[in-house]
Amino acid sequence: MNIFRELRPAISLVALFTLFTGLLLPAAFTGVMQLALPFQANGSLLTRNGQVIGSALIGQNFASPGYFAPRPSALDKPYDAATSGASNLGPASAQLLTNVKANIAGYLKAYGAGPVPADAVTASGSGLDPDISLENALRQAPAVAAARKLALSTVVKLVHQQTQPSFLGIVGTDHVNVLQLNMALDALPPA
Amino acid sequence: MTMQGLLYIALVFALVLGAAFPMGRYMAAIFEGRVHYLGTVENGFYRLAGVDAKRQMGWLEYAITLLLLSVIHFLLLYAILRLQYYLPMNPQHIAGMSPRLAFNTAASFATNTNWQAYVPEASISNGAQVFGLVVHMFVSAAAGIAVAAAVMRAFTGGGLKSIGNFYVDLTRVTLYLLLPVSLVAATLFVVAGMPQSFGAFVTAHTLNAGTQTIAIGPIALQEAIKEFGTNGGGFLNANSAHPFENPNAWTNLLENWLLLVIGFALPIAFGTMIKDPKQGRALMAAMAIILALGCVGTYAAESAGNPLHVAAGLSPHDGNWEGKEVRFGIPASATFNVSATGTSTGAVDSFTDSYTPLGGAIPLFLMQLGEVTPGGVGSGFYTMVVFALLAVFVAGLMVGRTPEYLGKKVQAKEIKLAMLAVLILTLFILAGAGFSLMTKSGLASLENAGPHGLTEMLYAWSSASENNGSAFAGLSADTPLLDFGLGSAMLFGRFAFLIPILAIAGSLAAKPKLPESAGSFPTHGPLFIGLLIGVIIILGGLQYLPADTLGPLADHYLLYAGKTF
Repeated sequence: MNIFRELRPAISLVALFTLFTGLLLPAAFTGVMQLALPFQANGSLLTRNGQVIGSALIGQNFASPGYFAPRPSALDKPYDAATSGASNLGPASAQLLTNVKANIAGYLKAYGAGPVPADAVTASGSGLDPDISLENALRQAPAVAAARKLALSTVVKLVHQQTQPSFLGIVGTDHVNVLQLNMALDALPPA
Repeated sequence: MTMQGLLYIALVFALVLGAAFPMGRYMAAIFEGRVHYLGTVENGFYRLAGVDAKRQMGWLEYAITLLLLSVIHFLLLYAILRLQYYLPMNPQHIAGMSPRLAFNTAASFATNTNWQAYVPEASISNGAQVFGLVVHMFVSAAAGIAVAAAVMRAFTGGGLKSIGNFYVDLTRVTLYLLLPVSLVAATLFVVAGMPQSFGAFVTAHTLNAGTQTIAIGPIALQEAIKEFGTNGGGFLNANSAHPFENPNAWTNLLENWLLLVIGFALPIAFGTMIKDPKQGRALMAAMAIILALGCVGTYAAESAGNPLHVAAGLSPHDGNWEGKEVRFGIPASATFNVSATGTSTGAVDSFTDSYTPLGGAIPLFLMQLGEVTPGGVGSGFYTMVVFALLAVFVAGLMVGRTPEYLGKKVQAKEIKLAMLAVLILTLFILAGAGFSLMTKSGLASLENAGPHGLTEMLYAWSSASENNGSAFAGLSADTPLLDFGLGSAMLFGRFAFLIPILAIAGSLAAKPKLPESAGSFPTHGPLFIGLLIGVIIILGGLQYLPADTLGPLADHYLLYAGKTF
């Protein structure tokens, strides 16, 4: 076999695959998706009063007591969605233990004595986790209700309305999207 | 651990193994040239490229054409990464990559590894992702499957001079397998919320905390081939933990299915090609048993939680949530990461660096075994054939007979090549990790101290050499030492492994196919499956036990003794 004679098919196939799977396919697929499913294809953006306030899929930072709080984010700037990532601290990391202890203390201070759900004090994988566990949301409900001067039952009802349940406890978890829950809170008629 | 958690693992296996049978038979039809529905496109490719589709290649020709195409494609990707600033579809005006990072990344994607020493959001343009990386995700996956097809052909008859035509295998696998399934999966992904856009990052005015910039891009299509071709290169830094790469528990399940199914379908395709389905099912069973044990093991370790955090006040029933996403839960996170290291995918939906020591040890060990459970697309199958040859050789030694596998005599030449292939990877993993840890630069790359730091480095070299791409992501991998070291490990791990395999295929193809006799050792029953699993664990894994003892095992015992670093 003559290696120089193989250059033509090898180079041509690389060029053809690049044009086909790298240009034609993504262009056509993107075009069809932009027409057929524009909401999802552009990042599931939520708007209020004509302004983009975030993505239904991406978590945001909430600091005011009248809002439900998301999970800790390990990003340099928490919930900075221009990037993403985890703490990558190992299980025996002293830094991780310090973080978890500080988060537990903060949680108990904000929401009173009681159990601390693990998702509330550990950093997520993406640093942008949009959800908290149902247990975590219910634990925060009294403090949120008090800050907004709402009946606890109203807030608890809202949490349950916003809960995305698991399938038979097998696929997924019972969780609540924090941004959508807080938007629903804002949309409640004032007490 | 809960019953529901175990049922989730059972569900994944049922969906994957159930689909592997029809998909395997379909793949055999692709390899044998019995599928034609895109004949116009296929023949157009051959005509434009000047490929003679009827040409039959011997093993050396097959290896050379594969190498040549890979080198050309590697150089093209290197150029794209260096020049991305000047290329179209760069809305964030991202600069070109440094030479060493571009080398590492090009090696990574040309070898189906998808190790990412860069932060995608900040370091790679949309154009370079689709025009460079996505193309490699299709082509490197198709090349791996092509080699598997070539190895299968070696067992289909006696006195064969050819093991197929690389150009034809590559084209057919891309057009008839990777393309249609990826398109269907990508469409489902967009329905579930995955973005597919070439626009710039979005600025949002958040409810409570000022503005938020949201990275976006043509994610769904890349996600589909990323999993289906066992590539694993995320569009975003957090990979499949990112809500845009994995919006909910169902997309997570679909991604898990995609990354496993070809690996399990290949032995079925093999059984169909050699007209002896029992043989394919035996290989599949060995793969599935090891993987299932791995999934349950990591799930058990993660749901047991972190003793230090339980002592600090967390419930022992919650499990270890650091680095995991709420919407998936612990069983699905553990199953995903184990599946992605049992294959050569290396995608993550949760961060293994923060797993418990034993939970993280299983992904590490599955990579070190050579990724045969079920392994990367193509590479898992041909590595499994190497282990099957070694298993019949060991069995032959016990009873003093010349070993045979599927009617082919296994002799000194094949065993030498098989051991060469296995040992090359061991050399890179152990010597590479050991050397790196003796340098200042290597130590400076570690995120964690103590045995966990050793594991980070060992994991990186295992991942690169075995072409996985998974990481203990705390490691700072963009350094001269690791860019060049791991980049070379990826290239050797792929090509220095693949060439001996093709040589074995060529040698076996030429031998006569002996009829089965009363004296043949049956290679389809439980005895062989057990022997094969034993050989995989002993020959594939034993040499790593000392290092793994100093890494994850020491980490485990020190953690339970209450020691922190």
